[in-house]
Amino acid sequence: MPAVSKGDGMRGLAVFISDIRNCKSKEAEIKRINKELANIRSKFKGDKALDGYSKKKYVCKLLFIFLLGHDIDFGHMEAVNLLSSNKYTEKQIGYLFISVLVNSNSELIRLINNAIKNDLSSRNPTFMCLALHCIANVGSREMAEAFAGEIPRILVAGDTMDSVKQSAALCLLRLYKTSPDLVLMGEWTSRVVHLLNDQHMGVVTAAISLITCLSQKNPDEFKTCVSLAVSRLSRIVSSASTDLQDYTYYFVPAPWLSCKLLRLLQCYPPPEDGAVKGRLVECLETILNKAQEPPKSKKVQHSNAKNAILFEAISLIIHYDSEPNLLVRACNQLGQFLQHRETNLRYLALESMCTLASSEFSHEAVKTHIETVINALKTERDVSVRQRAADLLYAMCDRSNAKQIVAEMLSYLETADYSIREEMVLKVAILAEKYAVDYSWYVDTILNLIRIAGDYVSEEVWYRVIQIVINRDDVQGYAAKTVFEALQAPACHENMVKVGGYILGEFGNLIAGDPRSSPLVQFNLLHSKFHLCSVPTRALLLSAYIKFINLFPETKSTIQEVLRSDSQIRNSDVELQQRAVEYLKLSSIASTDVLATVLEEMPPFPERESSILAKLKKKKGPGAVSVNELEEGKREGGELNGGGDRGGDSSAIAASNASTPSPSADLLGLRTGPPVTAAAPSAGSLLVDVFSEAGVNDDGFLRDLEPPTESSDSLLAEGPGDSDSAPPSVVSEDPAPPLPESNELLNKFVCKNNGVLFENQLLQIGIKSEYRQNLGRMYLFYGNKTSVQFINVQAKPVEPLIEGGAQVQQVINIECLTDFTEAPLLNIKFRYGGALQNLSLKLPVTINKFFQPTEMASHDFFQRWKQLSQPQQEAQKIFKANNAMDTEVLKAKLLGLGMALLENVDPNPENFVCAGVIQTKAQQVGSLLRLEPNAQAQMYRLTVRSSKDTVSKRLCELLAEQF
Amino acid sequence: MNSVQLNSCEFISHLQTDLFIKMQFMLLFSRQGKLRLQKWYVPLSDKEKKKITRELVQTVLARKPKMCSFLEWRDLKIVYKRYASLYFCCAIEDQDNELITLEIIHRYVELLDKYFGSVCELDIIFNFEKAYFILDEFLLGGEAQETSKKNVLKAIEQADLLQEDAKEAETPRSVLEEIGLT
Repeated sequence: MPAVSKGDGMRGLAVFISDIRNCKSKEAEIKRINKELANIRSKFKGDKALDGYSKKKYVCKLLFIFLLGHDIDFGHMEAVNLLSSNKYTEKQIGYLFISVLVNSNSELIRLINNAIKNDLSSRNPTFMCLALHCIANVGSREMAEAFAGEIPRILVAGDTMDSVKQSAALCLLRLYKTSPDLVLMGEWTSRVVHLLNDQHMGVVTAAISLITCLSQKNPDEFKTCVSLAVSRLSRIVSSASTDLQDYTYYFVPAPWLSCKLLRLLQCYPPPEDGAVKGRLVECLETILNKAQEPPKSKKVQHSNAKNAILFEAISLIIHYDSEPNLLVRACNQLGQFLQHRETNLRYLALESMCTLASSEFSHEAVKTHIETVINALKTERDVSVRQRAADLLYAMCDRSNAKQIVAEMLSYLETADYSIREEMVLKVAILAEKYAVDYSWYVDTILNLIRIAGDYVSEEVWYRVIQIVINRDDVQGYAAKTVFEALQAPACHENMVKVGGYILGEFGNLIAGDPRSSPLVQFNLLHSKFHLCSVPTRALLLSAYIKFINLFPETKSTIQEVLRSDSQIRNSDVELQQRAVEYLKLSSIASTDVLATVLEEMPPFPERESSILAKLKKKKGPGAVSVNELEEGKREGGELNGGGDRGGDSSAIAASNASTPSPSADLLGLRTGPPVTAAAPSAGSLLVDVFSEAGVNDDGFLRDLEPPTESSDSLLAEGPGDSDSAPPSVVSEDPAPPLPESNELLNKFVCKNNGVLFENQLLQIGIKSEYRQNLGRMYLFYGNKTSVQFINVQAKPVEPLIEGGAQVQQVINIECLTDFTEAPLLNIKFRYGGALQNLSLKLPVTINKFFQPTEMASHDFFQRWKQLSQPQQEAQKIFKANNAMDTEVLKAKLLGLGMALLENVDPNPENFVCAGVIQTKAQQVGSLLRLEPNAQAQMYRLTVRSSKDTVSKRLCELLAEQF
Repeated sequence: MNSVQLNSCEFISHLQTDLFIKMQFMLLFSRQGKLRLQKWYVPLSDKEKKKITRELVQTVLARKPKMCSFLEWRDLKIVYKRYASLYFCCAIEDQDNELITLEIIHRYVELLDKYFGSVCELDIIFNFEKAYFILDEFLLGGEAQETSKKNVLKAIEQADLLQEDAKEAETPRSVLEEIGLT
């Protein structure tokens, strides 16, 4: 029985809850619940009209049953009835039931909206709040349609009660998240911003969340909030702990509001107004100072609230990344926390320092804490804290401390938790590669990795070591000697056998002079592992054997004998059998010359970004580590390892990809699609069938070569301090090739016209563009990010010189003559320091920029759709969603495409249809588009029909990259 | 493929990763893993909610007392704290402030405590609707609406007063009803 029964207890409910609690088994509970459900159902169906109290009680019981985890399929109507009760208590239960149980597409939504409307206009603040809470809890599109116009008025009206304002602000925030297109602040903007000045702290606390959200989407319109936020913050920070009465929390004035203010400021660059900025810096300094003061209370709540503000302030300092003094102070403060007795603080300090490590101003300061962090890695009892320590070591690593950090991480690996081993392995592999000065250290490190944590060494890691060894003559002999030694261990990991087999097959000759590692010894050593290995490794070993026959003719008869044995030549595995047969035949009929040609040493791999980075990033999710750029390009390595002639082919493809940015190269390097079959998890949807079909006639061949699970994010800004440490994979000698990422960049601009086209450590190129009919104008902004001059800039009409920190603008007029697929290239050359920099970028001009939107009714749409029914007029693509399938984002993107988004045309409301006309000088091309999301399979089907086939095809290609 | 009418695909909303929603959901569960309160600030299907709940309850219960209150889970950060037999557990986004979330939990506990008078798990079980009402006054849409303890409790007490009024106006109920047999 309840200890307290406040308000009006519902006795029947309490008894029911007691009954449930007394049930000895799950079965008994279910029985009791079914009995209750039957009872309620009969009451609801009964002839006798139920009074409000009973209805409320039964609805509440249903809610309880639902919250226990059982399904409820009735009672919704009764709950809706309660909404229009004039008794508060009944209304309240009705709203609670609706908030918890009604999903947004319920048919009842109209009735619910009606009740809400009545309560909103009741002018009774408690009723209004209930209604607003309900909207905020459900937050459906229908509600947005019904109330998005009304709520801003309630929010800013002079006679609205404070509590209603608070609910209205957060309610609006929720609706804005659901349907940003429906929430138009327009005329209210400035009054909403001025809520920051409201006398009631609660109103400010609620309103600021709304303002932060709106600022993030429309920073310019809400710019004035910066100075208001700074002065509000300044008043709070400098207030005595008692000034704010009930908003003071354990002697900390308004901690929630302070954090929200600091968060709002993170939507903007540092204030331009000197006075505002000065005031803000003062606030930040005060916050840092307060961290040093003795605590006003021993309670953990006091220190938590205080430090919550401190960490948010540090986030802002990092966000600005322009105040070296504050950055270093922040770092020192965090350094103290590293040894704090509170685990939570140690965790947060490690986490926060990771971001500080990427700032050039504080990188060195972070590095001074290396011993503490290493110690944390070794001694923290909580794995999540150790994980943070490993992250920070990774972030603070540079050439000066790489050997120490890698060694520490390696030794930690031996005892590391299973949950973080794979990530640790990737990190060690990346650091070893990135900061390798001599490659024997690199090879040692990777082999150690395999020895210590072989199970966690993914393909990417051992592919990479082979790539590097093959590409670098100076390390090949050492690698051969080291793997040979490693293989002598009685138990060695299969990954070691793979690396060993590959390397000895290529470079075994380099150590064959030593009788201890003569060809036969090498072969016997490898072959002694053969029977322990899986099929793919055995296949690799067979390829190594045939390479041995070429390298060392004296091993020929021994190896032929092995190949000839029944266990090889009649192996039940087709791949192994085929290799055995083919290699045997090859070795017996080919002349030495032919053999030498066929089995020649592998050509160097095309230089590519490390695929390990991609893997790590995928594991961690974007933004988690400050790794460099990355581009997937690994599969070829795998194929090569597969051995034999197949390898040759794919390496040729890889090579051509590296040198020509042809459309087919995109497929390999940049486009990301899942392997075409078996990707859709749940069958049964129509999409799946079509899907496999599409795979066949599509670019199946190239797609097969794609890595199966690759994320599309191929570009991360390069962190400072990394440029000098070019790993072997970063191409530096040849400045001319068009950026491999330029297609990716192009894709970024399909649905928008402004943004950053290119950015590296030196230069940032921003773009603004506008289009009308077949004409366009593009403004390019070249920003010099360094402090020195770029001279001899050759991007024609620009000034031939860009001052440090300055920006130069270039205008390009564009006329679309006819439809096109390739984007125009922009070549940029300039001198930085002594070195000539040469960039080649694709200008983000795509055919869709010349769309004129066309509105049409459903009937017209289908008529035109039918008219465009020739097979070549239609292009279709089925592809996997790269981003969350958010309706609003999709709409925004489709609008950005330039077509008209037609509402109420497609019978399925989840689908999108668009219409538009592309204006070129030569002709006009009408296009219709349909996009069908399948949320279950996380796939889209996109169909484009246009009067011109090339246009359909191009639009389809462009759009397929956008979602 | 020609007929537009043919195909429909069901749309399930997914965990949204937007910048502004501070809190994705809040769960209260007992040491035995029984869920006592759930509040979701992002639209999810019942199936997903159950899956998330199951996984998280397991994860959190497996942690030892002295461990830190934050953990990474999927793309989210989990902030949790144990009060007597109950675990309070919030999911926030990557950039969000863990410590202030920890204090959100504490303030909610304070509110419950003040309202029920040294709250215990049973209060929340038997008066779950009140626990929801208090939460809605404090947090709305995952954002702090009113952080003053006084103001939140004032709002709830006003509502209770309205309930009292309403009760007096009601007609007397049957005896059976009073002893809870209906």
